[in-house]
Amino acid sequence: MSDAVSLPRSAAALPETDAPLLPLRVRGLTLGFGDETVIDGLDLDLGPSGCTMVMGPNGSGKSLLLKLLHGLIRPSGGHIDWGGQAGDVTRRQALVFQAPVLLRRSVAANLDFVLRARGKDRRRRVDLLEHVGLSHKAAQPARLLSGGEAQRLALARALATDPEVLFLDEPTASLDPASVLAIEHIVSEARARGVRIVFVTHDVGQARRMADDVVFLHRGRVAEHAPAGDFFPVPQCQAARDYLDGRIVV
Amino acid sequence: MFKHFIGASVAALFLAGGAQAQDQSIIVQSTTSTANSGLYDHLLPVFQDKTGIQVNVVAVGTGQAIKNAQNCDGDVLLVHAKPAEEKFVASGYGTERTDLMYNDFVIVGPAGDPAGVGGMKDVQEALSKIAGEKALFASRGDDSGTHKKERALWADTGVDPTGGSGEWYRETGSGMGATLNAGIGMGAYVMTDRATWISFGNKQDYEILVEGDEDLFNQYGVIPVNPEKCPSVNIEAAQTFSDWLLSEEGQQTIGAYKVDGQQLFFPNAPQD
Amino acid sequence: MQDLASATSLALQLVLSGDADLVEIVGLSLRVSLSATALACAIGLPLGALVAISRFPGRGAVLIVMNALMGLPPVVVGLLVYLHLSRSGPLGFLGLLYTPTAMIIAQTILITPIVAALSRQVLEDLHAEYAEQFRSLCLSRWQSVQALLWDARYSLLTVGLAGFGRAVAEVGAVIIVGGNIDHLTRVMTTAIALETSKGDLALALALGIVLLVIALGVNALVQGLRMTAARQAYV
Repeated sequence: MSDAVSLPRSAAALPETDAPLLPLRVRGLTLGFGDETVIDGLDLDLGPSGCTMVMGPNGSGKSLLLKLLHGLIRPSGGHIDWGGQAGDVTRRQALVFQAPVLLRRSVAANLDFVLRARGKDRRRRVDLLEHVGLSHKAAQPARLLSGGEAQRLALARALATDPEVLFLDEPTASLDPASVLAIEHIVSEARARGVRIVFVTHDVGQARRMADDVVFLHRGRVAEHAPAGDFFPVPQCQAARDYLDGRIVV
Repeated sequence: MFKHFIGASVAALFLAGGAQAQDQSIIVQSTTSTANSGLYDHLLPVFQDKTGIQVNVVAVGTGQAIKNAQNCDGDVLLVHAKPAEEKFVASGYGTERTDLMYNDFVIVGPAGDPAGVGGMKDVQEALSKIAGEKALFASRGDDSGTHKKERALWADTGVDPTGGSGEWYRETGSGMGATLNAGIGMGAYVMTDRATWISFGNKQDYEILVEGDEDLFNQYGVIPVNPEKCPSVNIEAAQTFSDWLLSEEGQQTIGAYKVDGQQLFFPNAPQD
Repeated sequence: MQDLASATSLALQLVLSGDADLVEIVGLSLRVSLSATALACAIGLPLGALVAISRFPGRGAVLIVMNALMGLPPVVVGLLVYLHLSRSGPLGFLGLLYTPTAMIIAQTILITPIVAALSRQVLEDLHAEYAEQFRSLCLSRWQSVQALLWDARYSLLTVGLAGFGRAVAEVGAVIIVGGNIDHLTRVMTTAIALETSKGDLALALALGIVLLVIALGVNALVQGLRMTAARQAYV
């Protein structure tokens, strides 16, 4: 994986003339399905740069939070304020799902599709593929890629849209160590270019490796939000302590 | 890719459209009995060689043929139901009706002849007998020339066969050949024109049981469609075709058509 | 049964001798039905895709109508097209009645609902898989439609095949608007109807066998394509 020349530039260098999306300010965010409340009056502030790792037990609302922030689902209540932007914020962000949804075409065609759909320079495909180490697979059917390769292609696709914010929803769950490393490397490079990373993970080791700050979710709320250096040595909330110690958190 | 696709589709449409009739062509609305007998395959090449006019034959029941011609969807009408044809001309749809040729109707039935009508010379009597025995009878039931003729014969007998409709009287609602297939399939008597019968390929054990009655005479007429009612008509070519059919040459060609050595149509155009 | 044996040998004979009339009839059948299928796909696929990805009031009713139209009787379609294309009808001035074009129009009307309804089902299933990803990528409706149509291409091939099968096998519509005119609008099915009405069952059956073989060939081709596609996980 080499450093690419024409890859996601810093947010300031992006062609969009809109004001920056960050900081993010979330207040009283609520999401319910019928009687069940899954996000329950959540408050969150995210600073302008870095990598935020989102952790929490299953069912704490991590994935739903990402989708709410990305604008894929509508909240039942509360406010999400991306730097005061009223318009379409989804277009300025990208989300990599846990199970990548790849089109039924070649690896190259998957990227071509997004580049064309989003009005980007299609010649960038070569650099993107090289960046995620898939140049040699360009002509292969995307859906025959291994799990790690598929996720790298999904990452390349996300980066092709020049996102200012990149959401990742457990992208390395059930991948082999080499693939995990490759993906963390690509994400770190994006972060270094100024892309704001919001990364959901179950893997405490991964959180330690990647985090600038940690958001710990519990029962649909932010139980703790602290810089990595503060969080990992001494979590403030009981649920986070139990979670890091490997105890079941209900 | 979709633009290409639509483009190709439209091209295909016009490609196919390009194959439509050339300028000098006419449509003849005619009956299944004449077409199925193969008469047109015998007549039309001779006519086309002579005049260069291509004749396209639409073969339907007489009722539908007249209806189509009234909708201006033909240049010449060639059918066999004199009263309906005269009405067609009287209403202004045709220029003139002329007797063209005749053949005759026959009643065919299974060799077993359940109603015992074999060899009868009086068709009304034979029909009465079939009705009396409630022997199966397959009718066209499609308002065709043959059907009109059959109904007229029943009217002569005073029997209303539709009282037995669905029982012994079976109205197929289809063409002559289909009715023969159906009738033979169920062992029913069928009234058919002789030409269709001679050239019919699925006779099985059926044979002609009633023939020779004057009332079974089957007259065909030819009528060019009136351009005053239907401006789209190619009246010149239509008239050329009609005139040729009625000419000595046309009449001889009709008379010369034989299947299995039997003459199918007898030309009887008025000669001056 | 004797008919069946003589029909089979007659069919072989016709095909092997390259009988000129047979070639003409088969050629016209294919041209008419393939054109109709292409047109029906050009109309029906985008329509099916739009309905598949859209949610609007009355959508349920639209689905019922689409599905019901799949059962349009060919004769009714033929009659409707006849009434429009007849010289005395609103489109009579085009002079299309009793031409292959009229037959293409009738078959297109007959099978467009089939293509639209079946593709709607195929694309809705695929869209269930893609919808969230598409929203994340901010695709427009038209971009989504294009992507779905292309990604479902091998399933849609089967949909097209269903339409083609219906078109090439129907007789009711083409016999009314085409008139079964020899060397002009005679196709396989109308020729079969004609030979049947002449009582020439062997020839009719022979033509039927040829039609069946063509249908088998087209289906085998599509099946082969699908299997190749399946090996690449493109289905």
